[in-house]
Amino acid sequence: MSVAATASGRVPHYLEAGKGIKSWLVTLDHKRIGVMYLWSVLGAFLLGGLAAILVRTELWSTGQTIMDANAYNRMFTLHGAAMVFLFIIPSVPAALGNILLPIMLGAKDVAFPRLNLASYYIYLVGALFALAAIAFGGVDTGWTFYTPYSTSDKVANTAVMMTFAAFVLGFSSIFTGINFIVTVHKLRAPGITWFRMPLFVWAIYSTAILQVLATPVLAITLLLFMVERTFGIGIFDATIGGDPVLFQHFFWFYSHPAVYIMILPGMGIISELTSTFSRRPIFGYTAVAFSSVALAIFSFLVWGHHMFVSGQSEYASALFSFLTFFVALPSGVKMFNWLGTMYKGSISFASPNLYAMAFMFLFSIGGLTGIFLGALSTDVHLTDSYFVVAHFHYVMMGGTIFAFFGGIHYWWPKTFGVTYNEGLAKIAVALQFIGFNITFFSQFILGTRGMPRRYFNYPPDFEELHRISTIGSYIVFAGFLLTAWYLIASLRKEKNAGDNPWHSVALEWQTSSPPPVENFVETPKIKHGPYDYDHPDAAPLVLASASSNRKAS
Amino acid sequence: MSGSHHDNPYLAHHFDTPRQQLEANKLGIWLFLGQEIMFFSALFVGLMIFRSWYPQMYHTAAHELSVPQGAFNTIVLICSSLTMALAVRWAQMDVPNNNRTVFWLCLATFALAGVFLVVKYFEYSHKIHVGTLPGKFFDPSNPEFPAALKQFDNAKLFFGFYFCLTGLHGIHVLAGMGVIGWIMVRARRNEFNSKNFAAVECVGLYWHLVDLVWIFLFPLLYLVG
Ligand SMILES: [Cu+2]
Repeated sequence: MSVAATASGRVPHYLEAGKGIKSWLVTLDHKRIGVMYLWSVLGAFLLGGLAAILVRTELWSTGQTIMDANAYNRMFTLHGAAMVFLFIIPSVPAALGNILLPIMLGAKDVAFPRLNLASYYIYLVGALFALAAIAFGGVDTGWTFYTPYSTSDKVANTAVMMTFAAFVLGFSSIFTGINFIVTVHKLRAPGITWFRMPLFVWAIYSTAILQVLATPVLAITLLLFMVERTFGIGIFDATIGGDPVLFQHFFWFYSHPAVYIMILPGMGIISELTSTFSRRPIFGYTAVAFSSVALAIFSFLVWGHHMFVSGQSEYASALFSFLTFFVALPSGVKMFNWLGTMYKGSISFASPNLYAMAFMFLFSIGGLTGIFLGALSTDVHLTDSYFVVAHFHYVMMGGTIFAFFGGIHYWWPKTFGVTYNEGLAKIAVALQFIGFNITFFSQFILGTRGMPRRYFNYPPDFEELHRISTIGSYIVFAGFLLTAWYLIASLRKEKNAGDNPWHSVALEWQTSSPPPVENFVETPKIKHGPYDYDHPDAAPLVLASASSNRKAS
Repeated sequence: MSGSHHDNPYLAHHFDTPRQQLEANKLGIWLFLGQEIMFFSALFVGLMIFRSWYPQMYHTAAHELSVPQGAFNTIVLICSSLTMALAVRWAQMDVPNNNRTVFWLCLATFALAGVFLVVKYFEYSHKIHVGTLPGKFFDPSNPEFPAALKQFDNAKLFFGFYFCLTGLHGIHVLAGMGVIGWIMVRARRNEFNSKNFAAVECVGLYWHLVDLVWIFLFPLLYLVG
């Protein structure tokens, strides 16, 4: 490792290379594109979060609280669509993945830098259409746009604009996926074999396969939806022999793999955090790597578990249910390997690792409650109840969003060269973790008692639990506002984080922070894996001595 | 910065060798083609599902499509694949005036694509004329509406798929003509040689996929009905 020796100080880092707004808008540097994605997806997170707070506030009491039923329907649709299409799907891959993937591979950039920038602008165009759909009255179908309701006259034509937005956003995702697959295959630095790639890269790679192969099916589905609504071709219209359930099949053929587009990158982050903050090699590296690939493959075979009550054949349901349980295997492999990594490690309670541990706790609950929903007999009772809402929030928010913020905190010094206020960060994690459990555990109980999802009104018996849930959501919101505050405040500070504040042996920390434009002063030659804390060459603290084959004493 | 390879004007700064760049470009286009196949696949699946539900209607409706015109277009596209493949081969060769040959072969491909669209135009206008159209434009009251179809009130489903599939394919043909035109402009500038031909190869692969989609569309819509 002769990289870091010359890196610090001499070469300008990527934030200094070019000043002014134009140097950002036309940049081809993957790190700058990643940073632009980061701010954009965080903006979408704020939008979706505000909508969530308004939804929870409306549910404070029975009947109308702050908005009428129609506004409420639009609000939860806005929350779902913004969170799924504008925030979670691009969050980890397009923001952190863009910033880190080439550095982790010792590459100078992604394979197609122009396509990368194009994908960002396509994302912006999609976001503008989504905002326009909201401005022109919003959509009240829920983020799933189910037919026949969404093709009926009851739904305003803004539905076409909103689905067009999702259609466009899909291509942004596809282009990111193509770029990452090619980068992983063709741009690894000498010495980075497949099994020396960080597990974050394995996760992003598996995600990219899903993005490339599943997203086009959503694209054609939404296109058919738009054609159906505009010309009435009847594919989803039962009155002339079409089939509204076909829409569900097509939609979930994408949207179940999309669940893994959302969670796999988060799992990749957790692998990085667990190893770094336990100061131990990751336990069962190969198993964790292949579990990502296995999840990507299984995710194509289980979409029917969203349709157990849709009227699909019982045989199909039984098969989908059976296959769904297989998803638990690779997820379990990951969970136990993370625990195995932490076992007897020297565990640090730095804020990124607090996020990682919160992830493991919350994702376990999310995953285990998924088994209730994958089983036919219980699902029939729990379908479309708050139990489902709580389940996927435990997975998507407790899983992906906690992992994403863990990753943001971990790589913040790498990306911007600054450190944030660690004390405030710990308080923020605590608020988010406690608030999250208050919000959504109460929803598990509501769901088992029969509270249906997406309902504007409910019986007075449920008011107490709804209020607990709403209070929890305010605590989460406060936690995220605190995070926004200290992260933004940190950017005004001097860049004195140091190149490797966490003393990691992973490659991305062996260049300066922030990295130079082409990431490394010279192409690194890699002699060990990203988690080899016991490897003689892996001595991050003495790298500055530039003696590449020095043995740790 | 190291990198003597910056002497090579065709090599982007983030690649180490021309071979690495070529392989990256090819993998990229193959992934894009994979995405295209998935894009069309849902329509094909939908077509086959409804065909199995309404075989009689499909059978009758498919008879309204013109097999000679579809067959002619199939031959046109196969020929265009040949001219495109030859263009790729010539782009890779370091012989004098190879760019001129690339240009003419691409022009031939472009012209064949145009012929395909003209035939498509005649097919479409016939359907507009007799009212066998998708959705709300489907018009059994049209005096020239095919009599055999009148008993099927869901025949618009078939024409919905016909127009969606052939329309999307037509848009891909147009996009193909666009990128072939771009190759022609670059061939005019003498850009292609054994060190720099990835663009022609990638456009060629895309064009073959467009042909391949049609080769599946033609029997599924026109013949097996
Ligand atoms: Cu699913």
